[in-house]
Formats: sequence, structure tokens, C-alpha cells
Amino acid sequence: MTKTPLDIHTIRRDFPILNREVNGKPLVYLDNAATSQTPQQVIDVIVEYYSSYNANIHRGVHSLSQEATDAYEQARIKIQEHFNAAQSHEIIFSSGTTHSINLVANGFSSLLKKGDEILVSAMEHHSNIVPWQMLCERTGAVLRVIPMNDNGELVMEEYSKLLSPKTKLVFCNHVSNALGTVNPVEQIIEEAHKIGAAVLLDGAQAAPHIKADMQQLDVDFYTVSAHKMCGPTGVGILYGKEEWLNKLPPYQGGGEMIAEVTFEKTTYADLPHKFEAGTPNICGGIAFGAALDYMNAIGFEAIAKYEHELLEYATSALLKIEDLKIFGTAKEKTTVISFNIEGIHPYDIGVILDKLGIAVRTGHHCAQPIMDFFKIPGTVRASFSFYNTKEEVDVLVAGVKRAKTMLQ
Amino acid sequence: MTIKEIQKEIVDEFSMFDDWMERYEYMIELGKSLPLIEAQYKTDDNIIKGCQSKVWVHAELDTDKLVFTADSEAIITKGIIAILIRTFSKQSPKDILEAKTDFIDEIGLKEHLSPTRANGLVSMIKQLKMYAIAYQTQLK
Repeated sequence: MTKTPLDIHTIRRDFPILNREVNGKPLVYLDNAATSQTPQQVIDVIVEYYSSYNANIHRGVHSLSQEATDAYEQARIKIQEHFNAAQSHEIIFSSGTTHSINLVANGFSSLLKKGDEILVSAMEHHSNIVPWQMLCERTGAVLRVIPMNDNGELVMEEYSKLLSPKTKLVFCNHVSNALGTVNPVEQIIEEAHKIGAAVLLDGAQAAPHIKADMQQLDVDFYTVSAHKMCGPTGVGILYGKEEWLNKLPPYQGGGEMIAEVTFEKTTYADLPHKFEAGTPNICGGIAFGAALDYMNAIGFEAIAKYEHELLEYATSALLKIEDLKIFGTAKEKTTVISFNIEGIHPYDIGVILDKLGIAVRTGHHCAQPIMDFFKIPGTVRASFSFYNTKEEVDVLVAGVKRAKTMLQ
Repeated sequence: MTIKEIQKEIVDEFSMFDDWMERYEYMIELGKSLPLIEAQYKTDDNIIKGCQSKVWVHAELDTDKLVFTADSEAIITKGIIAILIRTFSKQSPKDILEAKTDFIDEIGLKEHLSPTRANGLVSMIKQLKMYAIAYQTQLK
């Protein structure tokens, strides 16, 4: 099968925002790891929802409610198929990755006891550290950290040593948001399962680049945010194996999640509704499905190939700048480049790049432990998507050079 | 000079520049003349919260006037705090509290006034005014 290369210029026409100017310059949007842009096809789905079939779902007998329910449940099935989950009720809609992680952390508070251990990787986003710290405070379980090396790769020998019969849970991001490292998740899962521990992977940064297969990975929980993959903000999913989701108690009480309610006792609804209290982000869920359709039409293989080219092009162009250092040099990486220039604060570079119309992230990227590891206050992070071009990389490189001249 | 006069002077200086690059370069220059905080005061307690780069500010009373010193890791931020200190230092707490800061807009740094902006210009102004409140109470 021959794959045609991506037609970037046609693809870019799908994203209206890419035509705008910032500070009088054409926008160069390189903050995709924070949030991706939305194609017209997804925007149309959102507009269509509110213009023609907005209704509350799952309980109305009227036509609009049924249309909305059908569209929402079809989106769940699209998501199931995309991530190859065994069953659609293993896909729980949430407000995003942070919500999904908190749902699992809360559920585990009834399953853990004092002295149990939770492993987290050294390169986690704060949203994947804080809920576990809170869980440990509640249960008396102990949080242990899988270390990383100078390239920003997990030290797998140390991971193996940390695993013990006390380990109940392992939490790790599939891809690091600050460094772009793709973690060896197959090995992490396999080793954890040998000792009977569950594994949650934070897939927020992986899902826009890698089509993860839940059954093949044999992962217990996986979390995704729609807004990082061409969908809207405020919606995401938790994938959980049926057996695990059945073990966890409900997270929030409310409508939708009940089977029967009396003042004496409430019985909970079956999966997935047990975890979906209240009126969900209906439009968001439907639009998430549309975003997956959009990305799948382009094809994840083609996306990965093109993004890899962009990463290599940008890495070598940036490294030609004197005194520039890249943090996160793992062999397996997505299109994230975190860098600093010696003697210049990342914030200063970010301000100058913004004046040039270039959007990057500066700061600690909600991953302070990583910054402490490298003994830096933060980095400049350029993160690319399949709609970025080599010309935009050139604009970035020229912008960084200009900032360097002004600031050094 | 009154705060208003100093602010007018700064606005006049910035009006000489045609584009943002020159304005930023000038701001960076102003940062170099910032009265630096003494090492003993460069503590975590004196860091202004809400800034992406660390900013330290110290205030001392000289008879009835406040004298500010500061520093920052980032040179654009250093320029911004230098501009603020130039207007507020050696002024009475009362005048500092009553002073407006609209001139920031006039010198083309409006984007730094947005509360979402990570450099925390708003936090800096708030902190300088907090010192003024504290010393005003002391003077009474």
C-alpha cells in the first residue's frame, strides 16, 4: 500500500484560525501540546448541533432528545473503535484528562490500604502527581517515583526494582508534555501486570500523534483530552477495562448515574453511566467524534511520518543556534522541542516570539519536578502539529535568533 | 518630581520609538539601571507571586519616602519593574497609593497589563502598593 504524503496546504485551509494575524504578523501556532486548533469540519458539527438538535440526552422521548442521544452514543462508538476498546461502555466521557485521572484516583481510595505503593514517573504533569498525593494522604499509601536520565528517558532498571507485591498502581504518561518522550509503555504494563498492579496511562500528549490500541496494550486505564486532537475543550474520555470500572465506586452523585433512588438507598446505573453524573458536554462529545473522523481521514500513519520529518528538521535547525540547548533528547519523541538559550530566561524569548506572531509556551509546563531535575526555571516549548510547515519552522528559527540578539 | 511628572517623562522617552523592537530594546536598557535589591533581601518572602520569572522587591523608608530596590531573572521583566520603580521610588506612601498606572498603556506595553499575562505586571503594581499601605500605617 502506498501512502500519499500529506497535502499540508490543503489541510491548512481547513483551519480558519491559521489565517489570522498576531501583532501584525501571520500567526505561527506552535503551542499544539497545550491545545490544538480546530478544523472547520469540527466547527461545523458544533454549529449544527446547536442549530438543529440541541437537547438533553438519555431521558427525553421527543425526537430532538433521541437525535442528540444517538449522535452522542455514536461518538462513543467512534472513540471505542479508534482506541480499539473491547466494549463501548469502557469509554467514559469526562471533562478531560485531569477529570479522568481524578475519577480513577478517587475510586482507588476505597481499594488501597496503608503501606500500599503507587508508582509515578519522574516526568509527570502536575495533574498526574497531585491526585495521587491526595490519594496517598487519604489512604496512607506511599508514592514512589520512577527516575529518569539526562535524556529525559525513564530508567527502566529502576522501575523493575521499584515494583513489588506492595505496588498496586502505576501511573505514567504515554508521552511527556514537557519533553516529548514516548515512554516504553508496553514494558511498563507487562511488568506491572506480572505483580498484579494496575496501570493508568495519561494519553493526553500521545493521542494526537499515536493511535493507541487499548486491547493490544492491555492497559487498565487510559485518559485522553479532545482539545489536544482537533476537538473542543472541556471534553475527554477515560478508558477503563470493564472489570476495573466495575470495581471502582462512582465518582460523583447526580442524575444519569442512578438506577433507582429512594431516600433509603440508591442503586447505581450500569457502565458507562455510573461515572457520567449530570448532563454531560453533549456537543463536545459529538465534536470529539468528528475530530477523530477528521484525523483518521488524514491517517495517523501519514501524520506520524510527516511530524517526524518536521521534528528532525526543526531540531537540526534550532541546534545550529549557538548556546541553544534542547531538553528531552529521547530516542522516541513526538513533535515537542523544549529548549533554552544559555544566559536568557525562557520568558524573555517567549515575549519576543509573541511580538513576531509566534505562539510557543514558556515556563515549567506544569511539570516542575522535571525543571528541578534539569536545574532550570523553565523552558521555551515549541510543539508542532501536522498542519505546521517547514516554512513555519524557519520563521521560528529566525525569531529565536532575533530574540537572542536582542536579549543576550 | 511627582509621580505624574515622572510618568510623563517616561511616556515622552518611549514616544521617540517607532516600533515595538525599539521600545523593547529601550525597556531592556532601563532594566540595566534598576536599583538592585541587596542579596540579603533576595529571599523567597520577597518574591512577587504570579510572575513566570522570579521578581524580588524590597522597600525601605527614607524619612517619609519609600525607596524600592528589585531584581528579576528575566530582562524584560527587569525592564518593567525598573519603569515602575522609577515612578514610585522616593515618593510618599500616600502618593504611591493614589497614583494611576495608565501610562503603561501609553508606552505601548498594554499587552503586559492583561491579567492573563504571565509576567504579572498587575501583581507587581499590587505589591508596590501593598508596601505603601504597610508603611503608611507605620508613619501614622
